[in-house]
Amino acid sequence: MHIPDGYLSPQTYVPLYAASFVFWAIALRKLKKELSVKHVPYIAMAAAFSFLIQMFNIPIPGGTTGHAVGAGIIAILLGPWTAVIAVSVVLIIQAMVFGDGGITAIGANCFNMAVVMPFVSYWIFKAVKGSSENKKRIYFAAFLSGYIGLTVSALAVAFQLGIQPLIAAAPDGSPLYAPYPLSVAVPVMALEHLLLFGIIEGVVTAMLLKYFVKHESDMVYAFQGGAR
Amino acid sequence: MTRFQKKLWIGLIIMAILSPIGIILPEKFNAGDAWGEWGTDTIEKLLGYVPEGLKRLSDIWKAPIPDYNLGGENASFGVQAVSYVISGILGIAFVGGAVYLISRLLIRAKGKEHRA
Repeated sequence: MHIPDGYLSPQTYVPLYAASFVFWAIALRKLKKELSVKHVPYIAMAAAFSFLIQMFNIPIPGGTTGHAVGAGIIAILLGPWTAVIAVSVVLIIQAMVFGDGGITAIGANCFNMAVVMPFVSYWIFKAVKGSSENKKRIYFAAFLSGYIGLTVSALAVAFQLGIQPLIAAAPDGSPLYAPYPLSVAVPVMALEHLLLFGIIEGVVTAMLLKYFVKHESDMVYAFQGGAR
Repeated sequence: MTRFQKKLWIGLIIMAILSPIGIILPEKFNAGDAWGEWGTDTIEKLLGYVPEGLKRLSDIWKAPIPDYNLGGENASFGVQAVSYVISGILGIAFVGGAVYLISRLLIRAKGKEHRA
């Protein structure tokens, strides 16, 4: 899911930088308004968790690897706007220090994993949970939130990679950037996330929510107030 | 720090220590890179060539610890595993530090607004 340098044309990565900047600006403003000192350690731990869970590469035997991101559970626990900041910090450090994801693709990677994913996950959780207090339903909502959030995020990546051959080609027609068309990128990314990585993300999301409900259910953002 | 927070931090450190699972499993199951994250060598093998623009941009940044590996490309698996744990601990420190810094700046900016 971490798009490296060279896979996206400037026509793609510049607008995605702009999109991420807009979300960062709004998220920082919201955080400034709502941030209290007692939340800071939780935001730091959320970012650390997202960093670490992404290190657990899961293999498809004989094929590719993938991993959970943790943006869904962070959105449920701390709110989607806080998740935007926490996961963006992770992605920027991964790119700069560890070469995981490109420098030119920071905007794209943040948009996919730190904007699309937390919001989709959060909406799914709220929609499936509804006003229910039923534990089973709440954990099912959390599973779906991680499962669908990660898959939609992967589809965003597939779309950005898949349109590259349409955007830029050499005079002989060969692609200049990511070489595979939408007809390859979308099915591959959709299937591997629907069949494996999304399920892991869903299970992690549901298990962690269960842990927080048991120990500190007062702090769960998605349980407070209305459909923010 | 509350007891609950302490527990969570310990959990995160345990994750860092266990993180080499994330490189051992792919090795055991003969799985390669994530889809769409290949290096230029692998692309050359897949396509027979490296797309022009991709080649130009791929080396734009030299990360200090590429691939969470301190031992370079030919590092033994043991070195890679140890590097991975160190990277996990560094990751906790860097992202945690960045969050504290951002939060401090935000809280200070808020304080100024209130006084103004």
